[in-house]
Amino acid sequence: MPSDTQRVNDAERDGLVRRVFLRLLTALGGVLALFMLRHRTTAQGLHVHRPKLPSVDKKPTHLWGMVIDLDKCTGCNACVVACAVENNVMLGDPKLAEEGRVIRWVHLLPFIEGEYPHVRERLLPLHCQHCDRPPCIYVCPVNATYKNPEGLVAQIYPRCIGCRYCVNNCPYTCKFFNWWEPDFPQPLRQGFNPDVSVRPKGVTEKCSFCHHRLQKVKEQAKAEERELKPGDYMPACAEACPAKAIYFGDLNDPESEVSRLARSRRAFRLLEDLGTHPKVIYLTEG
Amino acid sequence: MHSGSHIQSDDRLERAALEPIVRTGAGFYALAGVLSCIVALGVYAWCRQLVYGMEVTGLNYPVFWGIYITNFVFFIGISHAGTLISAILRVTGAEWRRPITRLAEAITVFALMVGPINVLFDLGRPDRALNIFKHGSFHSPLLWDVTCIGTYLIASITYLYLPLLPDIALLRDRGTRHRFLYRFLAMGWSGTEKQKRALEVAIGIMAVVIIPIAVSVHTVVSWVFAMTIQPMWHSTIFGPYFVVGAIFSGIATLIIAMAIVRKAFHLEEYMQPLHFNFLGLLLLTMSLLWFYFTLAEYLTTFYGQEPSHIKVLQSKLTGPFAPCFWLMALCCFGIPFPILAIRKTRTVSGTVLASVLVNIGMWLERYTIVVPTLSHPRLPWTGAIYHPTWIEWSLTAGCFAGFTLLFVLFGKFFPMLPVWEIKEAEAAETARKAQALPAAQPM
Repeated sequence: MPSDTQRVNDAERDGLVRRVFLRLLTALGGVLALFMLRHRTTAQGLHVHRPKLPSVDKKPTHLWGMVIDLDKCTGCNACVVACAVENNVMLGDPKLAEEGRVIRWVHLLPFIEGEYPHVRERLLPLHCQHCDRPPCIYVCPVNATYKNPEGLVAQIYPRCIGCRYCVNNCPYTCKFFNWWEPDFPQPLRQGFNPDVSVRPKGVTEKCSFCHHRLQKVKEQAKAEERELKPGDYMPACAEACPAKAIYFGDLNDPESEVSRLARSRRAFRLLEDLGTHPKVIYLTEG
Repeated sequence: MHSGSHIQSDDRLERAALEPIVRTGAGFYALAGVLSCIVALGVYAWCRQLVYGMEVTGLNYPVFWGIYITNFVFFIGISHAGTLISAILRVTGAEWRRPITRLAEAITVFALMVGPINVLFDLGRPDRALNIFKHGSFHSPLLWDVTCIGTYLIASITYLYLPLLPDIALLRDRGTRHRFLYRFLAMGWSGTEKQKRALEVAIGIMAVVIIPIAVSVHTVVSWVFAMTIQPMWHSTIFGPYFVVGAIFSGIATLIIAMAIVRKAFHLEEYMQPLHFNFLGLLLLTMSLLWFYFTLAEYLTTFYGQEPSHIKVLQSKLTGPFAPCFWLMALCCFGIPFPILAIRKTRTVSGTVLASVLVNIGMWLERYTIVVPTLSHPRLPWTGAIYHPTWIEWSLTAGCFAGFTLLFVLFGKFFPMLPVWEIKEAEAAETARKAQALPAAQPM
């Protein structure tokens, strides 16, 4: 039998609990209402794009890869220029380069090799390595960078929040950040490649293996009711290389030149011991 | 007679605790004004950054993270003050904690409000920050951060609020200003036995729950670095190393806050040299632990002699980051250790001096973890050196000022001393004395 005082106390506590509960409920309801209101406006105003991955065929898909023959490379920078023009990459100048603010999807990396007295400098064209196990995609908090089924590591500019975590986890330092709103001189503006979007301020970008070209040739092949032929899909750098040092093709196709060269005795990959499985393969100087 | 002195001391306690709320001096306005100006400068700097982009920072290729991330880790570290002092000491029943728990809990909440804003400063597209919820992917340690820090913030606000309830009710009954606010916040607290018991239970549960949450928070903050494959970030020791560092700087901040509040609000009677002595001992323990972890981390890296790691290590020991690194070692261990180890110097001013140094050292520690690794990527590069710009320094100053301002405003609305908890302890003490010395009790 509970005493009178205890009953009074119980009633009092129940009252307190009820009041606390009601107030919490009201606050929660308010927050929820605000959130829903906000959500509805964004749903109407902005269509949320989810990345549509290319449909995966029953047969083994392509695995796009690149082979760069360093014996043939003359270090002429044609690939750098071709890439910048193809992909609407910012111009930059020496001052910006000094500040570390220039974007080059492919650049020539000076590599000093050997020890005294057998030292020599090498130049290594460095693209995004399109790793098969890319460290960058695991850390992105919003899935703005991902690997598609054909092995291309892609970047979703409209989704990227610009945290630069992926940039920091790239062992090849191959990703770049837009420090400001893109600014091109007027003549260049007229010459933009319409197939490639100009990146806005504050997002990360990198080499895409000229992914837009793949989409184009795929559509063409579909229209002509045929399979993709080797050599259909060629990034701008490979096309422009005057020394024909850059090979590009399907690593999954045992007949392709890249898969043959990738198995060459001269073949090596950058920082192979990290287990990132790059799909850019270099042929060492002979 | 005893009960008489008891009431007297209660009166004195209430007056001491409520005085700053009732009376507002010119000093308060001056301080709040100065702090607001610094915050305004930070807001101005951020507006510039929003308009012009991250161009206005000193960040570059390959140093993509700088002092914003340093501040983030630092403030999250400070937030561990509340947990340790309040929760651990409550759970272990350490009586001396009573006058300082409120301070510790408030530091936690405000540091947790200021810290994560730095991540927002660091985003290239803060307008898309909500993508974290829309497209969030749990394989990213950044999302673990969002989850853990969010949980910790909610838990620590609850943990600050619960023990505040009886004091809010006191203000409701005694105070003259903001009656409505206190009536709402007190939630009908009337101090009955049932309510008290319910509150004790709730605080007890929160004290236990909040400890693992706090440990998880700084662990996942460290994992943002440790889960990458970058040299000297990818380290298994980072979880506990960061937690130890966090508690270290948390205690230091608490000691500084105690010294300031004590002086400003004349609470010398409640925050005694004894408290500084005990907290100083805790700080000493953490200093030794920090030294142990640092030694373990750096010595292992040195003996491994892995080229990419050694490059980073050398830049810290003898390279461009050596001044920061050795100043850090001096501030975190070299100077505080003797000050705190010798009883004669473990005084109020001694522990405060050590605490200021520890906080400087811990900020530098975060800096020398974030920047040197990024400055030395694996492949050779031709990039720039990172120098923070005035925008970044202004935002940093704004954060510290904002943190202090929140604290000052809190002190204007709520008592810095947990009045009811001290009363409770005094009552228990009186009862114990009465029991122990029945003969001395005049009838």
